[in-house]
Amino acid sequence: MFIIHQVIILTNVRCLKYHKRNLHTGFLKYAHYFIAMHGIKPETMTDYFQYPIDASALLRKKKAIRRDLLNRSDFIERRIAILGGSTTAEIRDMLELFLLHDGIKPVFYESDYNRYFEDIMFPDNGLKDFQPHIIFIHTTSVNITRFPALHENSEDVDRLLSSETGRFFSLWDRIATDYSCPVIQNNFELPHYRLLGNLDAYDIHGRSRFIGYLNLRFSEEARRRKNLFLNDINYLSAWFGLEHWHDRLFWYSFKYALSYDAIPFLANSVATIIKAIYGRTKKCLALDLDNTIWGGVIGDEGLQEIRIGKETPESEAYSEFQEYIKGLKERGIILAICSKNDEENAREGFMHQDNILSLEDFAVFRANWKPKHENIRDIANALNISMESVVFADDNPVEREIVRVQEPDVIVPELGSNVVKYIDILDKTGLFETITLSVDDLQRSLFYTGNNERKKQQECFENYGDFLRSLEMVAEIRPFSPVYLDRIAQLTNKTNQFNLTTRRYTLTEIQSITDNDHYITLYGRLSDKFGDNGLVSVMVGEKKRNELHINLWLMSCRVLKRGMESAMLDRFVAEAMTCGISHIVGYYFPTAKNGMVSGLFEEFGFQKVNSNKKDASIWRLDITDGYSLKNNFIQVNS
Amino acid sequence: MIKEKIKNRITEVFKDVLDDDSIELFRETTAENIEAWDSLSHISIIVAIEKEFNIKFDLKDIMQLQNIGEFIDLIEQKIF
Repeated sequence: MFIIHQVIILTNVRCLKYHKRNLHTGFLKYAHYFIAMHGIKPETMTDYFQYPIDASALLRKKKAIRRDLLNRSDFIERRIAILGGSTTAEIRDMLELFLLHDGIKPVFYESDYNRYFEDIMFPDNGLKDFQPHIIFIHTTSVNITRFPALHENSEDVDRLLSSETGRFFSLWDRIATDYSCPVIQNNFELPHYRLLGNLDAYDIHGRSRFIGYLNLRFSEEARRRKNLFLNDINYLSAWFGLEHWHDRLFWYSFKYALSYDAIPFLANSVATIIKAIYGRTKKCLALDLDNTIWGGVIGDEGLQEIRIGKETPESEAYSEFQEYIKGLKERGIILAICSKNDEENAREGFMHQDNILSLEDFAVFRANWKPKHENIRDIANALNISMESVVFADDNPVEREIVRVQEPDVIVPELGSNVVKYIDILDKTGLFETITLSVDDLQRSLFYTGNNERKKQQECFENYGDFLRSLEMVAEIRPFSPVYLDRIAQLTNKTNQFNLTTRRYTLTEIQSITDNDHYITLYGRLSDKFGDNGLVSVMVGEKKRNELHINLWLMSCRVLKRGMESAMLDRFVAEAMTCGISHIVGYYFPTAKNGMVSGLFEEFGFQKVNSNKKDASIWRLDITDGYSLKNNFIQVNS
Repeated sequence: MIKEKIKNRITEVFKDVLDDDSIELFRETTAENIEAWDSLSHISIIVAIEKEFNIKFDLKDIMQLQNIGEFIDLIEQKIF
């Protein structure tokens, strides 16, 4: 009903162009009315987890909030060991809330008070039996054994640095051997007092300097070690304010190494790293235009009146926001426009010479008078990504609310309408947290821009096969090789749609499969005349006598419907035949996201062997009498 | 009067922190009487009360507070 009414109003807007502004205001009033009538509050619905995080409410109402969060289903369960150098109870509770909020249901192991070192180095099996997916080492400056003494010389101080860091290196080494799971490690926050005042920062005896050096060594190790992720409490505490971060009363009374109010922020930071490890990072930022990326309304005020550039404080603030967004794009976040505007006006806005963003920065451009949640759906479809991967930024509270209500999976930060706050609001929630910057991340926007050109071309062809042939696709399909292991592990953790088993692998697991003769591994890269799509498909087969079981088969959604799956299967079967395999066994484990591949094995001529109650199904393909190739459109180099 | 008002606000804090709407507090109530009031939730209760009344407890207060009556008296001292 809502949509119909909205269309009527928007048609009026089109007819009465010169009264657009008034009518637009009228529409907003109407939307308020609609929302009020349907019992949805026009002001923000409570979201304790978005910036600014409501620490007081989270701490006070955590039990009720937890109860609410547990009402949803489709959690993935993860075993997380918290090894603390100080009290961790409240950290555990807050971390649980932040993870539940993002669909991860944690099971915790907590070390006894300050037993983080012993639990790893002298295991009494508690931690071993727990088999953690992730280990979080919550150490802070209170766990530094000793600071330089004033009589020590610089060699003494260097030795002390090495022995402090050495303790942690041996922990991480041991974890790598015993658990080979990701480790999230705090670095160190600055101390709450400075014996040497400002000199503390540079004299060799200064504690501030000492901590700076420790942090530097931690960061070097984190770059070197694949499974070590730093939780940067040095930045977090500085941003939060050291005066508020340190709470000596809490330390003396309860042995918490940070203030109670800081705990939700710490938990959020750890949770964003965990989410990034499991590929739950957002992929796309859909932006409104007027009063979001420039000041003013382009359709009303015209090109020369919008505020962007260096002329006024307001223009400068919008320019900085555009720079931030451009930075996101450069590190791999896909940008889209979702604006209520005539397309012509919207595009004209980018003619302003002071814009930092240009039309080419946006993979999808939707400027029209359709409801925004419909446009966001179009954007997600055009990019082949799920609604959950989209963040929508708009200064208009009504638009935000409508999108939240109509498409609850889309993340809609409470952006407000004050441009100087926009960056903080997007930045501090950690929506775009990433654990590595792969070459693919840096090129992603190009892939998607290429996709748009492919779509345009598709419209000119009568039949899909002709279109595929015209793409001049070339694939490289080979067994896993060291340079690609990062990307392969990343794909296993973030691919949800074309993924038959949705098994998640850590980098270490991928490494061990690669070196194991019982497995057949394949990656596929695909390029075409519009550009290189990068590494987009992965298969893992496990040999069991004369059968080859497909433990993993996934493909990035950026190359759906291109025939890449046929090319992968062809190569997989060829590999199988050289090993004397007679049957390929495929599994389909349904999830909320992978419905698109439920019929895949059947399409490829597999026979269904059985399916259990949860609709998981097992399929067999007999290759004793040969196999007919499925791929018609891709030239494969192996 | 004042003490009664303070008690009511404390009761709301307890209900939120312990997630139990049935909680009723009396001056004599201690952690013994309320099952969920353990050493962990005690910390949450203390912090939530500090925020509720915009006060700060001292180091020695935190160790001493045993029953609701003592909470009420201390809060009354601090807000006046």
